[in-house]
Amino acid sequence: MEIPQDLYIPPGALEVFLDTFQGPLDLLLYLIRKHNLEILDIPMAELTLQYMAYVAMMRVDQLELAAEYLLMTALLIEIKSRMLLPNPKTATEEEHDPRAELVRRLLEYEQMKKAALRLNELPQAERDFTTIQVWIEQTAAEQLPNINLDDLRQAWMSILTRAKVNRQHQVKREILSVRAYMSQILRDLRGQEQVQFYDLFSPTAPVAEVVVTFLAILELAKELLVEISQSQAFGMIYVRPINAT
Amino acid sequence: MSDLLTPLNQPPLDSLTPEKIKQILEAALLTTQEPLPVSELRKLFNHQLSAALLSNLLEEIREKWSDSGVELVTVASGWRFQTKADMQPYLDRLTPQKAPRYSRAVLETLAIIAYRQPVTRGDIEEIRGVSVSSSLLKTLTARGWIDAVGHRNVPGKPALFATTPHFLDDLNLRSLEELPPLEEMKSLIESNDKNQDLPFAEPETSDH
Repeated sequence: MEIPQDLYIPPGALEVFLDTFQGPLDLLLYLIRKHNLEILDIPMAELTLQYMAYVAMMRVDQLELAAEYLLMTALLIEIKSRMLLPNPKTATEEEHDPRAELVRRLLEYEQMKKAALRLNELPQAERDFTTIQVWIEQTAAEQLPNINLDDLRQAWMSILTRAKVNRQHQVKREILSVRAYMSQILRDLRGQEQVQFYDLFSPTAPVAEVVVTFLAILELAKELLVEISQSQAFGMIYVRPINAT
Repeated sequence: MSDLLTPLNQPPLDSLTPEKIKQILEAALLTTQEPLPVSELRKLFNHQLSAALLSNLLEEIREKWSDSGVELVTVASGWRFQTKADMQPYLDRLTPQKAPRYSRAVLETLAIIAYRQPVTRGDIEEIRGVSVSSSLLKTLTARGWIDAVGHRNVPGKPALFATTPHFLDDLNLRSLEELPPLEEMKSLIESNDKNQDLPFAEPETSDH
């Protein structure tokens, strides 16, 4: 078959060209639109001729691609042959156009093809806009357990309790040093009516000293040498010397 | 020390002014990447504020941000802050790799699923006239835009595909009704002489 002159495509462009079609229906649609053929009354002979010209080109170097298109060629020729046959007036009252099904498929495909383009024109996340996220401490969202001051205090108390237990088995000098602090505290309290609990701690003291001071106060209370009082929950704590006299 | 009796995560509600509520809503929406529906936002206030009230305040927040580079929008899954479209070309300069553009095959498949859902792979192939590769459906599934919602009761039990709420979110839509309307068949038939409708770079053919 002779390839129509106006369908000549430079060989290098062929590959690119064929890639632009989505398949046999797409190519068919292209031919119909390009050549202004009436879609409801497709001139089958002309269309089939055009179509086969493309398929012939494909077969030159893209045989595997041609397979899908050959099927359509067969369909086109079948439709044409059915149109050529005399129509036996027996079966249906209305004459059935063998092209009808092809036209339906073409129109449906074209409808979706256009819908696809419209979809693509819609703003698209990441491509046309970005969702906002202000930085937030993500670990906070990780459902870490909540703690409050009370938990902390209890933890501290249990550490102190344990430390106290251990203390008896460990270093004797610790006991002595608690004793030393007990003395120091008593000295500080001498002549005073009462002293604020916090004032007994030196703000610059290292942790060990704070612990020992605390233990010393507890020890003094246990030995009934001082009295620790708090008038209301979470209020000020006062330490008062108990005078034996 | 004095706060021990009032747990920190239970702020009192009655002291909230509308201004404060808006700040809370704003903070929640700004720190969440996924859209938040009003029902979810009500949790911020222990469900004690009405959806209508929150919606009104959200509108006010939207108004407040209208003059900036970001905007508050509603999509299928709820409210979300996002950049305005005209910011994107500039933002793209910060990230060298371009957001991928989908091929025609992907877009056509997506369109068929969006407009004809739920559909099987066979339905898609029937309309497009070519076979639909698995990788193509995988692309759309991986993006979270489509998923299998069931199986058609025919031999082989093919999966039925539908679009997801995430698809609507990503296209700034609240519902499928907001998809661009399909072109009427009639107008397709009449568009015979409008070759410029063919939106794809036409191959260089030496006409005449």
